Amino acid sequence: MLRFTRDHEWLRMEGNVATIGITPFAQEKLGDLVFVELPSVGATFGAGAVAATVESVKAAADVYAPVAGEVTAVNDKLAEQPGLVNAEPTGDGWLFKLKPGNPADVDSLLDEAAYGALTAAESA
Amino acid sequence: MTEPRPTDELKYTPLRAAHVRLGGRMVPFAGYEMPVQYSTGIIKEHLHTRAAAGLFDVSHMGQIALRPRSGRIADATHALETLLPGDILGLATGRQRYTLLTNRDGGILDDLMVSNRGDHLMLVVNAARKAFDETHLRSHLSDSCTVEPLLDRALVALQGPAAEVVLETLAPELTSLRFMDARAVTLLGAACFVSRSGYTGEDGFEISLPAGAAEPLWDALLRNPKVAPVGLGARDSLRLEAGLCLYGADLDETTTPVEAALEWAIGKARRAGGQRAGGFPGAEAILGQLPPPRPPEQAGEGRVGVTRRRVGLRPEGRAPVRAGALLFRNEGDAEPVGIVTSGGFAVSLNMPIAMGYVPPKAATPGTRVFTEIRGKRLGVIVSKLPFVPARYKYR
Repeated sequence: MLRFTRDHEWLRMEGNVATIGITPFAQEKLGDLVFVELPSVGATFGAGAVAATVESVKAAADVYAPVAGEVTAVNDKLAEQPGLVNAEPTGDGWLFKLKPGNPADVDSLLDEAAYGALTAAESA
Repeated sequence: MTEPRPTDELKYTPLRAAHVRLGGRMVPFAGYEMPVQYSTGIIKEHLHTRAAAGLFDVSHMGQIALRPRSGRIADATHALETLLPGDILGLATGRQRYTLLTNRDGGILDDLMVSNRGDHLMLVVNAARKAFDETHLRSHLSDSCTVEPLLDRALVALQGPAAEVVLETLAPELTSLRFMDARAVTLLGAACFVSRSGYTGEDGFEISLPAGAAEPLWDALLRNPKVAPVGLGARDSLRLEAGLCLYGADLDETTTPVEAALEWAIGKARRAGGQRAGGFPGAEAILGQLPPPRPPEQAGEGRVGVTRRRVGLRPEGRAPVRAGALLFRNEGDAEPVGIVTSGGFAVSLNMPIAMGYVPPKAATPGTRVFTEIRGKRLGVIVSKLPFVPARYKYR
């Protein structure tokens, strides 16, 4: 099950590790990505801290850690193929994996219905 | 990620409905609602322009007719030369030239195209500057000229290696135009004014036409499979690869033509020793920055008298360096020596590129300077412009 932030990140828990990326809505807004800067494995972030940067032809956008935790993996494919984020934002275009310090934090994120309502309001 | 919402104050071009139909993502730009991209996206639009032909709506730009009250074109030409360093008297009927309006300090008020239409001059100016330019022209030239903004005209650009074969189907005579030729042509029954020019580095045409004729021509051009619509996003990445300046970013009222490496736009006749030397705002400052005239046996460029020069920049690595990023002479320096004025991604070269200003000592291609991205210093190589060679038709 996907969880979402108001800043248009998604998060998927598998065991005690969360995979994180930007939403289809976010990649559509940004347009074609040409560069992705990912965190180092082992780095720790507080909730809402800048953990990655995605850059389109036009502009750069920060990606925030949805919950506090430690980075356990990053998607190295994006160095050569940043366009994967556009093509498969919730699949092969994932950004990094994070082990939440407190797994219960994930429950406070938006569910699909709440995020859908948010994007509908932003598109209106 | 919130974008400013279009307001009632935003103006539309005559092609607004066509953009929306094509899936254009409409954004505010210079007071207009304009397409930043269509559904295909900036990368495909950029590459299509270099490979075939891109169609751009640039109707937001200002089109101004400058007419001599006397009816003698030379009176308009002489008048306009009092406001800019270009050789307008030397501009033959049916020719167009890039030039710069300057202020008393030698700063650039706007960059523009001027074409000689036989009985008057036609100016194409930046959208964000057109109100200013109109006032400026009126306040200085009204004794000898009328200044008429052509509010009922659209402007579209067809750019790319296939532009000629596409337009040839509508007006075969256009194939005889060379780069910077301009001529009146009938397209689909509409009275158009077409120049062989553009803002992409490609061969191509810019078509001024009555607003009501814009959509039929736009649609007809798009029916050709070689043509795809291109938004402002790719327009910017294309012009940056071509090393072309964007007013408000690379040029402004505090930047002189010589600092901007645009001295080629200062006519020989307007330079020291020329037939009509000086006589434009800031002439003393600007001409004083040019290298002194040298005897022909001394080849090579003389030294310009400026403290900064516009240069091309190639950041090391893949991270784009954006406008506003500071430039440092050495990796550990605290004090910046320059600034990036345009930066982004060269889609055709698959690497980041930028333009900016550095001291003349650092302006030699190959010089390594440094910038800072997200707190980290990054090497940037000063590079020749353009990044992608121009493919204009001079023959």
